[in-house]
Amino acid sequence: MATTTSSSNNIIVIGGGLGGLMSTIRAVEAGLDVDLFSLVPARRSHSVCAQGGINAAKNLRGEGDSPAKHFDESVYGGDFLANQPLVKDMAEAAPHLVDLLDRMGVMFNRTSEGFLDFRRFGGTLFHRTAFSGATTGQQMIYSLDEQVRHWESLGRVRMHEFWEMLDLVIDEEGTCRGIIAQDLRTMAIESFRSDVVVLATGGLGMIFGRSTNSTICTGAAGARAHLCGARYANPEFIQVHPTAIPGADKLRLMSESARGEGGRVWVPKDPKDARVAKDIPESARWYFLEERYPTYGNLVPRDIASREIFKVCSESRGIAGQRMVYLDLTHISVEDLNNRLGGILDIYEKFVGEDPRRVPMKVFPAVHYSMGGLWVDYVKDAETGGVLKGHPRNHMTNIPGLYAVGEADYQYHGANRLGANSLLSCLYGGTLVGPSTAAYLTGLKRRCDDVPSSLYQAKVERQKQRERELLARDGKDNPYVIWRELGESMTLNATVVRDNAQLAKTEEKVIELQQRLRKAAIPDKGGYRNQALTFTRGLEDMMVLARTIVYAATLRDECRGSHYKPKFELPPVDSDDPAVHSQQVQTWCKAFKVNTERWLKTTVADFTGVDARPKIDYQPVDTSLIPPRPRTYGLKGAKKVEEAWAKMSRADAAAK
Amino acid sequence: MSATDSIQPGQPIRLKILRQVCPNSAPYWEEFVVTYQANMNVVSALMEIEAKPVNAEGKETTPVAYDAACLEEVCGSCTMVINGRARQSCSTLIRDLKQPITLQPLRKFPVLRDLVVDRAEMFQRLTQVKAWVPIDGTFALGPGPKMSEKVRALAYEFSRCMTCGCCLDACPQVNKRSSFMGPSAVGQVYLFNSHPTGAELAEDRLDELSKPGGIAECGNAQNCEKACPKKIPLTDALAHLGRRTTVHAIKKLLEQ
Ligand SMILES: Cc1cc2nc3c(=O)[nH]c(=O)nc-3n(C[C@H](O)[C@H](O)[C@H](O)COP(=O)(O)OP(=O)(O)OC[C@H]3O[C@@H](n4cnc5c(N)ncnc54)[C@H](O)[C@@H]3O)c2cc1C
Ligand code: SF4
Ligand code: SF4
Ligand code: FES
Repeated sequence: MATTTSSSNNIIVIGGGLGGLMSTIRAVEAGLDVDLFSLVPARRSHSVCAQGGINAAKNLRGEGDSPAKHFDESVYGGDFLANQPLVKDMAEAAPHLVDLLDRMGVMFNRTSEGFLDFRRFGGTLFHRTAFSGATTGQQMIYSLDEQVRHWESLGRVRMHEFWEMLDLVIDEEGTCRGIIAQDLRTMAIESFRSDVVVLATGGLGMIFGRSTNSTICTGAAGARAHLCGARYANPEFIQVHPTAIPGADKLRLMSESARGEGGRVWVPKDPKDARVAKDIPESARWYFLEERYPTYGNLVPRDIASREIFKVCSESRGIAGQRMVYLDLTHISVEDLNNRLGGILDIYEKFVGEDPRRVPMKVFPAVHYSMGGLWVDYVKDAETGGVLKGHPRNHMTNIPGLYAVGEADYQYHGANRLGANSLLSCLYGGTLVGPSTAAYLTGLKRRCDDVPSSLYQAKVERQKQRERELLARDGKDNPYVIWRELGESMTLNATVVRDNAQLAKTEEKVIELQQRLRKAAIPDKGGYRNQALTFTRGLEDMMVLARTIVYAATLRDECRGSHYKPKFELPPVDSDDPAVHSQQVQTWCKAFKVNTERWLKTTVADFTGVDARPKIDYQPVDTSLIPPRPRTYGLKGAKKVEEAWAKMSRADAAAK
Repeated sequence: MSATDSIQPGQPIRLKILRQVCPNSAPYWEEFVVTYQANMNVVSALMEIEAKPVNAEGKETTPVAYDAACLEEVCGSCTMVINGRARQSCSTLIRDLKQPITLQPLRKFPVLRDLVVDRAEMFQRLTQVKAWVPIDGTFALGPGPKMSEKVRALAYEFSRCMTCGCCLDACPQVNKRSSFMGPSAVGQVYLFNSHPTGAELAEDRLDELSKPGGIAECGNAQNCEKACPKKIPLTDALAHLGRRTTVHAIKKLLEQ
């Protein structure tokens, strides 16, 4: 039976993280009612894990920071792959969004005079990140959840917590008309009508096995939309965070804020140095990030830091030759550390059993964030160069009525996300989604109430059938074991360093696992809160995304942001001979130009079948506001490249 | 604490788990043996059981149902009773526990399945005490009220409450016979009453604390604060609000 909602005025939001909650609040303010679905109570969503903070160029330190600089650094950090109108508006809205959080009661750290305090983060030289101890995401999601709870008490929001979206209902015209969802306690499967569905379903870390993500970040919801025809963009761009704490169940994040507060990354100069960290004198330590990137030092963007750490460790120069480096805070006062980083230091101490205030931490990179996601549209405002506010197409997928927001969509971050920009993009996206959905509903002629119930019933039946089929499997494999194998293969070959031969092997592996999973018996046939069933169904859908990630990575033969293929690096600029060097610079710039023309494009994947590769197209990126330039981060000797490129661009512009 | 300090990777560990098939069925104990790994936490042991659902007698069984999400003690999901004490299974390390390790669902909430309980009541309490800051809207209305870092730092302690339920599990006054809202909701009243805009609703919140099931039910046993994984100063909040509620009640009487 279709549970009919007051459809003329009602939207469905899937996801109680920051993206979903902000969309909900703005939709309610636009006059709509919201049915919100989430796997867990909203305030237990993954957003609660965010530690470091949220960016906003409020320039409270007189450093000359501005939204324009924030915009530029975000675009540069993302290696120019982000559509600029959205990034521009996000950077401009940031100071107001932080004010809003402050008004909602987020307990941001303050200066002694009572103003908001800001810290540094990766990819910037400014103090731009507002923070609430080391639990900023927790404070933010609680504040938004509280606002939504208020709306719920007024009857404007209905919460469906412990419900999982299994499928979308798309009518014969290709328009989204609602969802099929399951109560994760009783396991009842029902349909819900609505003319708008917003997917705010977060990231996909679980595809890589262990990551910094919560266990509910499977990506399955995005995969399900993709199976229904929603296009998926930039799947190959996966952020690997440079500093995580290795663990059997999770690779716990050690936030960038640790480096923002002065943390330094190093290894012993001699990897065989057997002394404990604090006995190794300065002269015997190698601060490799500071050495190679004198300007940004430990705060180079994540893709670069991860690559450098990977490189050091693959050359067996990690601590004791192992895959680990030191992240050192021991030179900072314990009081400052407790006040500004307490939460994350407690995590380290709890899980590793050593006090990071006294002993340098041991860390290694881990999968962290998906820049890619569901393809969503926006409409440009010709006057401002930004986004035309209130347009129904903002954040809409290619399926009318289906929207995506937060980590689940692909906008804002290009080929690499800057730290503390994600909480911001979730909020900013939410502010766009509310009004866009309202505008869409106003213009909609045929409504979901006109759609025959048979369509909903058929979809419910299909899910029930799928469930029966899943439970009937009786092979020897265990789905959880298959998932571990998937994670190992994806992490090994589809993360920091990529190579086409390895990617081909991974594709084969995913296909093998997909087939094994089709026979694997679910170890629980129970009819109440059957977690193994939920897990296995999700895993099956994750496999589709895993293949899309691997295939898109295979096709992109270049290096851009987090996507790094050594075989396709631009020619080196490393000669000591000035004449040869300047020749190298010229060659490099020409290659950069050719590469930009070929690859500065959004990857767009269309689903073609569970056993087939997706169809991949490339779309132009809107770089109308900031022209692409080499991304060097003040690498030693890169100045020459930047100058030569500027000259070449000027000459090109003059020729036009 | 380090009950089994000497435990080495590869060694077997024993778990006794209180299981229940659905809300209406009878609970029963089942024993498991899993292999220890370095720095292993209780959640990892449950994950091992998922990957190999066989009990200590070597019989195939169903994986144990449990809630978990963040795995870093910030979401509150994975709370359960471990060796008699309510705590997070993600941040409880096996090497700190006596064996056999007993796992039970939280004792003050309805059990849904195995270690999964229904904590909806905690969220309803948040609605009851109006645990939000009443704002005019989310549009650009300028910065929030200025706050001193000192007030902020104390409020921050309370804003870290992850609705995990450890304090309710430990509180003798939260039981089947009483309607006590429990210490965490009182902590949230403290938080919102200390926020300049949140204080707009301070009187309403004190009204709720004065009702049956409110703060008068607290017996001042202070178990709650000891049980709180975030070391939230609940007893201070209870004492402070106890006084405030009394003053509030007298004021209301005089106004009548
Ligand atoms: C450890 C860590 C630290 C971080 N720190 C920072 C930081 O300091 N600053 C920053 O800017 N970013 C940070 N990030 C990134 C940021 O936290 C996330 O990108 C962001 O919180 C994602 O929010 P979201 O709303 O998109 O999704 P989430 O918060 O992940 O929420 C997803 C929601 O969707 C629901 N859902 C999913 N699938 C379904 C389904 N099928 N049916 C029903 N509901 C479903 C879930 O229940 C959940 O409510 C961090 C990330 C990690 C992993
Ligand atoms: S102090 Fe009050 S709330 Fe805390 S445990 Fe004791 S009775 Fe319960
Ligand atoms: S007050 Fe502490 S113990 Fe109680 S719910 Fe909050 S975090 Fe948990
Ligand atoms: S899983 Fe979130 S607190 Fe343990």
